[in-house]
Amino acid sequence: MATASTAQKSTWRKIYEWHESRLPIVTYLDHVVGTKYPAPRNLNYFWNFGFIAGFMLLVMILTGVFLAMNYTPHVTLAFDSVERIMRDVNYGWLMRYLHMNGASFFFIAVYIHIFRGLYYGSYKAPREVLWWIGVLLLLAMMATAFMGYVLPWGQMSFWGATVITNLFSALPVVGKSIVTLLWGGFSVDNPTLNRFFALHFLLPFVIVGLIVLHIWALHLPGSNNPLGIEATPADKVPFHPYYTIKDTFGVGAFLLVYFAVVFWAPNMLGDADNYIPANPLVTPAHIVPEWYFLPFYAILRAIPNKLIGVLAMFGSILVLFVLPWLDTSRIRSATFRPVYRVLFWVFVADCALLTWCGAQLPEGLPLVLGRVGAAWYFFHMLILMPVVGWLETPKPLPASISQSVTGG
Amino acid sequence: MRKIVLAAALAAVLPVSGLNAAEEAVLPKQDWTFNGVFGKFDKEQLQRGFQVYKEVCSNCHSLKYIAFRNLEALGYSDEQVKSLAAQYQIEDGPDDSGDMFKRKGKASDYMPKPFPNEQAARASNGGALPPDLSLIVKAREGGPDYVYNLLLGYEDAPADMKMAPGMNYNKYFTRGAFQLAMAQQVKDGVVTFADGSPNDAAHIAKDVTAFLAWTAEPKLEARHSTGFRVMLYTLLFTVLAYFLKRRIWSRIGH
Repeated sequence: MATASTAQKSTWRKIYEWHESRLPIVTYLDHVVGTKYPAPRNLNYFWNFGFIAGFMLLVMILTGVFLAMNYTPHVTLAFDSVERIMRDVNYGWLMRYLHMNGASFFFIAVYIHIFRGLYYGSYKAPREVLWWIGVLLLLAMMATAFMGYVLPWGQMSFWGATVITNLFSALPVVGKSIVTLLWGGFSVDNPTLNRFFALHFLLPFVIVGLIVLHIWALHLPGSNNPLGIEATPADKVPFHPYYTIKDTFGVGAFLLVYFAVVFWAPNMLGDADNYIPANPLVTPAHIVPEWYFLPFYAILRAIPNKLIGVLAMFGSILVLFVLPWLDTSRIRSATFRPVYRVLFWVFVADCALLTWCGAQLPEGLPLVLGRVGAAWYFFHMLILMPVVGWLETPKPLPASISQSVTGG
Repeated sequence: MRKIVLAAALAAVLPVSGLNAAEEAVLPKQDWTFNGVFGKFDKEQLQRGFQVYKEVCSNCHSLKYIAFRNLEALGYSDEQVKSLAAQYQIEDGPDDSGDMFKRKGKASDYMPKPFPNEQAARASNGGALPPDLSLIVKAREGGPDYVYNLLLGYEDAPADMKMAPGMNYNKYFTRGAFQLAMAQQVKDGVVTFADGSPNDAAHIAKDVTAFLAWTAEPKLEARHSTGFRVMLYTLLFTVLAYFLKRRIWSRIGH
């Protein structure tokens, strides 16, 4: 039998086996996202967003490379080179609108991915390192997005860069030096634009490396699932074809929304002021960052003291690193945590409130609400997470995934 | 909770700041041919709008991202564009003896600017700088509705408002606290259209705004038509993926 099949091997098969025995890359991929990676069979559609985020990174890198071929990182030419891309470069308008809206949709996918992790307790043991790498990914994405927004050198690019880099000056002792280093001089100017362009090109590949680590850390414990209980081998299905096809469908549905914005409302998520060339002598009436930074911007401005505001803003993300220990409950899924489940949705509403506040002028009602929202953010993370974990009586967990499916 | 309610009530009663009021200024929305999924520019309207720009706006405002060759998108022929460009004198050079010289415009030239530099522009406009209009529709909140309404939004200043010398009250000029250096330019009959189209102020404002929407987004029609095809393809792909997903998952049942 064995000899017969050897005799029937096609030439292609032999070449494949020759290569595979020297570099088993197909076998490796099969273990990573193929038939050899067993995933729980009960994953819901919220589990699509990791794959979608990875897909969006690919879109960003591909469109970004073509934009970089036509973009000029110089203060006198950057704005004009972007307009040239929009007007004279073949399909330049498509590359640029895919890229600028791609950033927003990358964040949409990642934020849903993070909230899914928060709801189903995906950060808990044994997935803490996986979660840490996720937080690093978020930070790397934010740095990349911020520097990318500076590149067109419009009014909001320039003033956003000025406001955000200036935040570091609040740090004692080293603050001023850090700002000088970021600027490459003593104001936001050509050296700033040059280094931001270089870093904006570099960081996506750092993100790719982090994603490799993220997936590596995922594969030891395997995927969490909506019930948050350990999945037995009988409760698992091979990633391919079950989740490859489900993720393909998910990407298609996500693309429909993304393309609708790209083709019919490409400037909806942007600021009109960024179509005015940067002018260091004219400050826009209202400097706002892109929508995905608004909750953090609201936290920054909720606090009158600059240093504490800056620390609170960075702290709102850094606190995620210790979330696996702040959450004292051993039950992963909020499905079985009646109190936390409510608090989770209050937290989502709080983040939405902060997003709204971040877009308003910091005065009157928005400032008051921003302060309430910022206080609740930290109250939720630092106080409620441990206390609710101690006091809450969870619902009984099903014995296995198949038991919950068949109703026992 | 009581504090929040109190704060909300206070915010509603207290006079809002100028900028907040500015943001709330309502722009009456217009019907634009380029709105919507299949929106397209009306080429005749763009030609009329270009005439308005040429005869009125271009005295003070540049249009630096538009070359004469781009005007073919308005329905002009190659020849028409060439002869139009030839009406302009463009500075070129230096020649072999090192001097700059003037020559007739070519299709590849960009629209000449009304002033050689910012200082000259300000000197001729009471210190104000007329902005370049290429991107004005995209660079203002409200887009074409803002530009249209601004062109017609001149009124007598409220009695209690102190106007700076030479400034004009415009109820939609929220960016500059309602004081605009530009006086009303779009008036009934300032332009006469060759095709006999109505040339009251509202029609002129609409035509020139449509033209400026084109200068801001010349690839809009390509975007709409490409978008429609991309959406159809993606929809088909997604539906097929959905049925394939159902078929594959039916192997294990729930």
